[in-house]
Amino acid sequence: MGEPLLEIKNLESFYGPIMAIRGVSLKVDKGQIVTVLGANGAGKSTLLKTVSGIMDPEKGEVLFNGKPIQGQEPHRIVDHGIVHVPEGREVFPLLTVDENLSLGAYTRSDKTEIERDREMVFDYFPILAERRNQEAGTLSGGQQQMLAIGRGLMLRPQIMLLDEPSLGLSPLLVQEIFAILRRLNTEEHVTMMLVEQNARIALDLADVGYVMEIGRIVMDGSADRLMESEDIKSFYLGHQEEGQRGEKRWKRKKTWR
Amino acid sequence: MEVLQLLVSGLANGCVYGLIALGFVLIYKATEAVNFAQGDFMMIGAFVSLGLTNAEHMNLPFWVAAPLTISIMAVFGYLLDLFVLRHLFGQNQTAVVILTIAMGFVLRFIAGIIWGHEPQTLESPLALGDLHIGGVVLGMADVAIIVVTFLLTWFLYQFFQRTKLGLAMQAASQNQMAAYFMGIPVKRVQGLIWGLSGATAAVAGILFASKGAIDPNAGLLGIKAFAAAVIGGFGSLPGALAGGLIVGVIEPFAARYLAAGYSQIAPYALLLAVLIFRPHGLFSQVRVKKV
Repeated sequence: MGEPLLEIKNLESFYGPIMAIRGVSLKVDKGQIVTVLGANGAGKSTLLKTVSGIMDPEKGEVLFNGKPIQGQEPHRIVDHGIVHVPEGREVFPLLTVDENLSLGAYTRSDKTEIERDREMVFDYFPILAERRNQEAGTLSGGQQQMLAIGRGLMLRPQIMLLDEPSLGLSPLLVQEIFAILRRLNTEEHVTMMLVEQNARIALDLADVGYVMEIGRIVMDGSADRLMESEDIKSFYLGHQEEGQRGEKRWKRKKTWR
Repeated sequence: MEVLQLLVSGLANGCVYGLIALGFVLIYKATEAVNFAQGDFMMIGAFVSLGLTNAEHMNLPFWVAAPLTISIMAVFGYLLDLFVLRHLFGQNQTAVVILTIAMGFVLRFIAGIIWGHEPQTLESPLALGDLHIGGVVLGMADVAIIVVTFLLTWFLYQFFQRTKLGLAMQAASQNQMAAYFMGIPVKRVQGLIWGLSGATAAVAGILFASKGAIDPNAGLLGIKAFAAAVIGGFGSLPGALAGGLIVGVIEPFAARYLAAGYSQIAPYALLLAVLIFRPHGLFSQVRVKKV
């Protein structure tokens, strides 16, 4: 194993006056799907925004292919091949699906390759092909999420940062989108860093997981191992074992406290 | 015939309002701030063209001076963003609004120092002669203004629809954060939009100066253009032009058919009516984000 594709070292970041990231370190290897789990306000989105340059870190390093990239302008970060698919499917509402996809390839100029990738995106998300001339703002929530992912793919990224793709979608749509993410990983070898509240589906997809609480990584390991962990089960997967063990959920303390 | 006459001169006035309104909308769309100095940009553009063209100043041929003026104003807009407005990036929008109002005062003052406060006229070939079409007498300037305005609007429309940069500008205005994520250099794009609105103001200024005398307070008609932009629906380019035309046409008709004084009030009365009955403007592009 060579050096990791993305490595975050002791990152500290402020959201206004609040210290949102308190010394986070993690690694993403090429071809992997790494997920960062955590509740609302744990600092997951801030972590992604710091990597993609929307926010500047106070301390620490972000290494991409071994080179420090922290604190660069967001469009410079994109040039390295890092694409951020934001939370809440931030599409360009008055532009058509096609135009949204074209903007995904804004930094590229290889016309024929761009068209190939557009066809690929339509392959994975046939509904987008159907709606290609429709304004993105008129799409349903799930379709907008698909468009946001497709638009990210148009950059032909080395790594995709996904911020809560399951947010506000029906369970069925979440299943569908995560199945496509899996296919993108196995077929197109897209490396992903996935931030999620929905631990079950995220661990199901990911190779490696980190658990974040109030700005810190409190637990990490392979997705399988995390899935088996008692803490994850009771606090993130909503597993109920009262009665058998005579132990009430609200009496259990997290072992990392 | 009289109606047609009023219509044409109203349309010509309206085109000038429309061009200034275009500048308002361009900047509002890109930065979500209102540039209250847009009218003064127009005035400066008029004076720059006058300074380059008129015999007592540089005495350049008009067809050299006009594109030069447009370029100068484009650079002016870009540099203004680079050195002044970009430092307010991320600040409250009120700060930008106050700044542009102050900038308007400064520009009026500077223009007064350089070119004096007496009304002056541009020696423009557009101002020559009348056009007689079936009993209707049209000023060449009016016709030129209408033609140029429609050409410019068409050009801007094509630019935003067909070019990569135009698409990026639309993207940056619709969703700044997402534009960043696409690798669009948002700050530079915003600077270019300031340049574009400077160029638009220059065109408006040249046309305005071809129609009549200008003085440093000419920019105050930016307030009418602002009303036009609101009537058209802030945020839509064709809406801005349409709003300008409506305001422009209302004025001469109100002056002709209503009691004295109403023509001054008419645009604002319409503005009030629009704000009450269609608060997003007549041609708004407001869509609610789906959750």
